[in-house]
Amino acid sequence: MDKLKLAVYWAAACGGCDIAIVELGEHLLELAQVADIVFWPAAMDFKVQDVEGYDDGFIDVTLFNGAIRTSEDAHIAELLRRKSKVLVAFGSCATEGCIPALANIKGAEHGLRRAFLESPSTDNADGVMPQTRFAMPEGEITLPTMSRQLRTLEQVVPVDYEIRGCPPHYEQIWKAMTAVIENKLPPRGSILGVDTLTVCNQCPRTREGKIRVERFYRPHEILPDPEQCFLEQGLICAGPATHAGCGALCINAEMPCRGCYGPPAGIADQGAELLDAIVSGFEGESDEEIKRVLSTIVDPVGTLYRFSLAGSYLQELRMDNEASGLPVESQSDGDGEGHDLHGSTG
Amino acid sequence: MKRINIAPITRLEGHGKITLFVDDQGDVANAYFQVPEFRGFEAFCEGRPVEEMPRITQRICGVCPTAHHMAAAKAADAVYGLTPPINGLRIRELVYSAFCCGDHATHFYILGGPDFLVGPDAPAAERNILGIVAKVGAQAGKRVIRHLAEAHEVLSLLGGRFVHPVLALPGGVAKAVTPEMQQRLIEIGESAVEFGTFTMGIWRDAILGNDQFRDMIMGQTYYHQTHSMGLVDENNLVNFYDGHVRVVDVEGNEVARYAPADYRDHVAEHVEPWSYLKFPYLRKFGWKGLTDGMESGIYRATPLGRLNAADGMATPLAQEAYEEFYDYMGGKPVHATLATHWARAIELLYAAERQLELAKHPELTDPNIRIIHEAAMGGPSEGIGTVEAPRGTLTHHYITDEQGIVQKANLIVGTTNNHGAICMSIKKAAQELIGGGREITQGLLNRVEMAFRAYDPCLGCATHSLPGQMDLEVSVIGPDGELMARLVRDEPGV
Repeated sequence: MDKLKLAVYWAAACGGCDIAIVELGEHLLELAQVADIVFWPAAMDFKVQDVEGYDDGFIDVTLFNGAIRTSEDAHIAELLRRKSKVLVAFGSCATEGCIPALANIKGAEHGLRRAFLESPSTDNADGVMPQTRFAMPEGEITLPTMSRQLRTLEQVVPVDYEIRGCPPHYEQIWKAMTAVIENKLPPRGSILGVDTLTVCNQCPRTREGKIRVERFYRPHEILPDPEQCFLEQGLICAGPATHAGCGALCINAEMPCRGCYGPPAGIADQGAELLDAIVSGFEGESDEEIKRVLSTIVDPVGTLYRFSLAGSYLQELRMDNEASGLPVESQSDGDGEGHDLHGSTG
Repeated sequence: MKRINIAPITRLEGHGKITLFVDDQGDVANAYFQVPEFRGFEAFCEGRPVEEMPRITQRICGVCPTAHHMAAAKAADAVYGLTPPINGLRIRELVYSAFCCGDHATHFYILGGPDFLVGPDAPAAERNILGIVAKVGAQAGKRVIRHLAEAHEVLSLLGGRFVHPVLALPGGVAKAVTPEMQQRLIEIGESAVEFGTFTMGIWRDAILGNDQFRDMIMGQTYYHQTHSMGLVDENNLVNFYDGHVRVVDVEGNEVARYAPADYRDHVAEHVEPWSYLKFPYLRKFGWKGLTDGMESGIYRATPLGRLNAADGMATPLAQEAYEEFYDYMGGKPVHATLATHWARAIELLYAAERQLELAKHPELTDPNIRIIHEAAMGGPSEGIGTVEAPRGTLTHHYITDEQGIVQKANLIVGTTNNHGAICMSIKKAAQELIGGGREITQGLLNRVEMAFRAYDPCLGCATHSLPGQMDLEVSVIGPDGELMARLVRDEPGV
């Protein structure tokens, strides 16, 4: 039997997904018995040009981590889509945008101004900003432009499967890889490497099913009871709106869940789902009381949508705003230097 | 003027590219190291509660999340005016030591090591961890894998997970150490010290024992006189978690020793329009451009910089290794860039010994690990937290409103400190190695890349930005913009 052909890629990512794959440890050696890795920039020297040379569909499975931030990311996503029989959105950035998608609230230009003009240690009286093209005495050098909004992989190319998590747990990665190796992948569109229901089903804490707090607390404000549900003690926990799969890692470290495994199966908007779960905990209370307690949640968007803003309904609203003619670069622009990072594609 | 693009550069974390301008004689007229990425964490930390910063800013980098986690927690402590109980601090430092010990091993064996342990001119396909296993043997390879797994285990035991752990929050840590856990932490600590000793042995035998490498380390191609920076304890010994920032000049004289909260008095950041990465420099000397020497404001905050800036190591085996290092190199300070790898191995040993020391502490199981923020804040607040990240002094600075909501964030991360020095190192290596009619080979290009690899740069961190693929391609563009040659790494004979 021919060995499987696998690829791993990172776009706008932190590198944690690649480290999670390295955490497979000796499973990686097992994987090497049955599969050739034909592209994995974090660990191997194959190049985009090599990938371009492969026949379409040459790669059996590509694990694509990272969000889409530049035209370069989108270009590689399209390339790997074409070359892969199965394209997997791997990790929270690729599936939902993850924490970097919080930048979509204020946009890229705000970020540039803050970093280069307004930071307290920056010495930049002349207001110098990075330029996409700059004439040096010896010749011009260039930088790419950022796109206005960070996107998920699925917002750019069709995706066959998702593997969730920030990063995915290595045991779940191995479970998914085993399905690949044994040719037992579920129907396209499935989420791989998860367990059924929500983080609450894996949580060791006890739950009464109702929230009766006067206000919500922030993690540093109380010493929580070690046995009782975080949410019912007034600490926001994304467990009820988060797909099971991690084994409640953070909760077992005595910290509430922030939702990195994304919404449960069949749920599109994790933030709305979490808000719904919180509100139903107050069943029987008056609307005024519920509103009053909810108003004690600080930073609702950054809390409810900590990992899922780019993949949420709010992102759609935001995109509508852009289409309405704000003076900012649109999703489809952002080429700038574009393909310069890979001379072979320019 | 011909142009050679090396883009993207490889075996580092993140996006970088190098543009070399070659004059009519074939010599390198100039070299620009550019960072073509930007993610803007400073901006989207705004509006978030400061106690969430340890869990948010670690997404800057999945390779060194624990460094951001700890710096953010320390800054958030300061915002709320909380001093964690001594055992909370002990647990933080224990976890942080285990992290540093694992992270340095990752660079030594996976990112930087292949250049030495497999060889700078070895085929590209072998210049990786598998090549190292082939070279040093499966037994040793498994030892490396076990060490990494054990570092991961410490992070998982106390932080829930290795990548993006959750233990630290303002006022201390969330999870206490049980007696069973302590037993395991001691075992892992002992194993780490043994691994640190093993790594020093690899350095001596495989690297110093090889004439080619010794000449590369001691030669002029990879040499710059810069000032040095690092965090030191009250005895001026290297410390990763806490202390004062000490700066020594190119001759080793102390020129600054300050509390991290005073960083703005000592460090400023210069902006160049051709990179998304800023250039920190010492205010005392000012920004003099990309130049080394006593008058320049450029400093290095690397393993080598830390050893230069300190008077020694706080643990016995690391101290022995430190003395051996300076004896061999001919005294302090050392400016040989490639000796940074040696310094990293010494720090690995220190982190292991420190980890074991803390694991054995009789009060490690004390449940008093956190204090609670009870009093309302009197008004807007501010907090600065600094740790030594594996790649340099890392500072998180938050300004909040009276509710502890971040209004402004400023981050000076490990690699950014070294930006100026990295640029100079690449230029010098390119000028020394390319030209004089020599054929440009893959090995030669890799030796240019070795100039930055010594810094273990983490450009995702540096720009709080988007790491990308790490392949190498070099295009030679003629004076009229025509493509004269294209070199890719695994084409033989180019």
